[in-house]
Amino acid sequence: MGRKFRLALWLLSRSFASMLGIALVVSIVTLALIGPWIVPYPDHVAGGIDLANKLQPPSAAHWFGTDEVGLDILTRVIIGARVSLLVGVAITLSAAAIGVPLGILAGLLGGPVREAIMRLTDLFLSVPGLVLAIALVAALGAGIVNAMIALILVWWPGYVRLAESKALSIRSEPYIEAARVAGASTARILWRHVLPNSLSPLIVKMSMDIGQAILAVASLGFLGLGARPPTPEWGAMISIARGYLPEWWWYAIFPGAFIYAAVLGFNLLGDGLRDILDPKSNRG
Amino acid sequence: MDRRLTAYLLRRVALAGVMLFGLVCMTFVIANVAPNDPAALAAGPDAGRSQIEQARRDYGLDRPLPEQFWRYVSGLARGELGRSIATGRSVGQDLARYFPATLELCLLAMLIGLSVGVPLGVLSALMKDRWVDHLTRIFAVSGIALPPFWFGLLLQLTFATALGWLPTSGRLSVMTEPPDPITGLLLTDALLRGQWGVFGEGLSYILLPAIVLSFPCLASILRVNRAEMVEALRADYVMSAQAHGVNPWRIVCVHALRNAMLPTLAIIGLRWGWMMSSTVLVETVFDWPGIGLYAVSSAIAGDFKPVMGVTLIIGLNFMAANLIVDLLYGVLDPRLREG
Repeated sequence: MGRKFRLALWLLSRSFASMLGIALVVSIVTLALIGPWIVPYPDHVAGGIDLANKLQPPSAAHWFGTDEVGLDILTRVIIGARVSLLVGVAITLSAAAIGVPLGILAGLLGGPVREAIMRLTDLFLSVPGLVLAIALVAALGAGIVNAMIALILVWWPGYVRLAESKALSIRSEPYIEAARVAGASTARILWRHVLPNSLSPLIVKMSMDIGQAILAVASLGFLGLGARPPTPEWGAMISIARGYLPEWWWYAIFPGAFIYAAVLGFNLLGDGLRDILDPKSNRG
Repeated sequence: MDRRLTAYLLRRVALAGVMLFGLVCMTFVIANVAPNDPAALAAGPDAGRSQIEQARRDYGLDRPLPEQFWRYVSGLARGELGRSIATGRSVGQDLARYFPATLELCLLAMLIGLSVGVPLGVLSALMKDRWVDHLTRIFAVSGIALPPFWFGLLLQLTFATALGWLPTSGRLSVMTEPPDPITGLLLTDALLRGQWGVFGEGLSYILLPAIVLSFPCLASILRVNRAEMVEALRADYVMSAQAHGVNPWRIVCVHALRNAMLPTLAIIGLRWGWMMSSTVLVETVFDWPGIGLYAVSSAIAGDFKPVMGVTLIIGLNFMAANLIVDLLYGVLDPRLREG
């Protein structure tokens, strides 16, 4: 493990794109972790009003300027990292927690169980996720929790597909046969053999999906269907900031730049990891 | 046509039919199993209790679910998608009105994606692991990472506000009379009627949203094309062509690219549906009067039926594009007819 890990690190460090990805992800995660203790205006986190300072351009006191009620945009954007990262990770983990067991079951058991699971998966994948999420949010009602539920509901099928194809290809491997002949239980085979061998593509997909989930939440926030102000969510901030363009440009620019950086980081990282962990996979 | 090909085509079409039925079921489930009262959804956000009860009777929502489902499906078969509360028209009429604008936007975006993505993919494969390749890689990942709504705002700030080269939003200036519809696609209609001024103006309006919409698709095409070209350039037939002294341009453009284009075709099919779904963001930013903007404004107003209508239309497009690609694949690649 130690050797392999060092080799992976060395391979990663040779790629500029992967290093950029790691740098971006580490920065965003650090901001999210220590955000509340480093923001310049901690009392602007939960909202509030300071109309005397509204819509100030970037300055020494307010690096990213202030918004329409006088809140410091740098503070709000840093706290936004916490919101976005939390939501992105929660969506990805929940989707994987639903999709992976179903996929492994489908791949391993085959027969009618597989048919049922895979047809349901195909069905969910037959409509682009964003549209399905909007339809679900329209039914459930706007808000960040409902946006999360909607995105989990459209996200799990991807994990079923991945886990199923992995389990299917592993099922016929000699070492599974050997384990079965040796009398290992199905649960043990799943846990000890199938899961570890499906891990690499899973890690790659999860890294990319955290980025895509952050983008999807921001998209719903931008459309007015996700987080609502005063929640400091990047997409929701841009949604309001749009009304203040072009004069007060900084209001929309900074939250958007953070979305871009976060999503780019997770995608470059996933991309780099794929080259190392899963070199044979298709690069769609 | 040989029998295996016919069987393959029939199987694909049948599968698409099953999926379509599944899509209809899914929209029904979303509308009826949601925690909200479907009658309240149908009656709209400002309805009082008596209006909700009225809607429940009008739409037959007091009937048992199987009967409701039958009514829903037979209604869809007649093209009935319900009524929009906001516009007061039937959703079918609204969709017919807004869809051409979205179609036009997506077609142009796909054209941009192909005509930029393929050459860049080839270039990047020829320059594998050199700085051009690294640059296009970051460019390609950006295509997926760049929030379309923010990218759109940036382009508006740059090309509309700061430089003043292009209009900010909309499909045509309010002063301009659009051409009489023939196809519903404004640019095509302007061309067919010979209205060059309107064509130019339409082009200036559509350019920014089309670029934003094309970007993820372009990135995807670029990456697939690069990977396939790298593969193809290593193939035996390329080596043998080189050994025979075939012109290098001919090797790249004819021998390798032709083989790399088949997977690119699959990406187009996949991307078409996703592109349509991104119109909800791009059309919102650019006030483009298509189905994306229609879905968003309806969703915000709590107007439920139009959202379902747009979901169906985009799902239908997604399936149709995939079906066409599958069928083309079957014709172009005989190996696929087996499975």
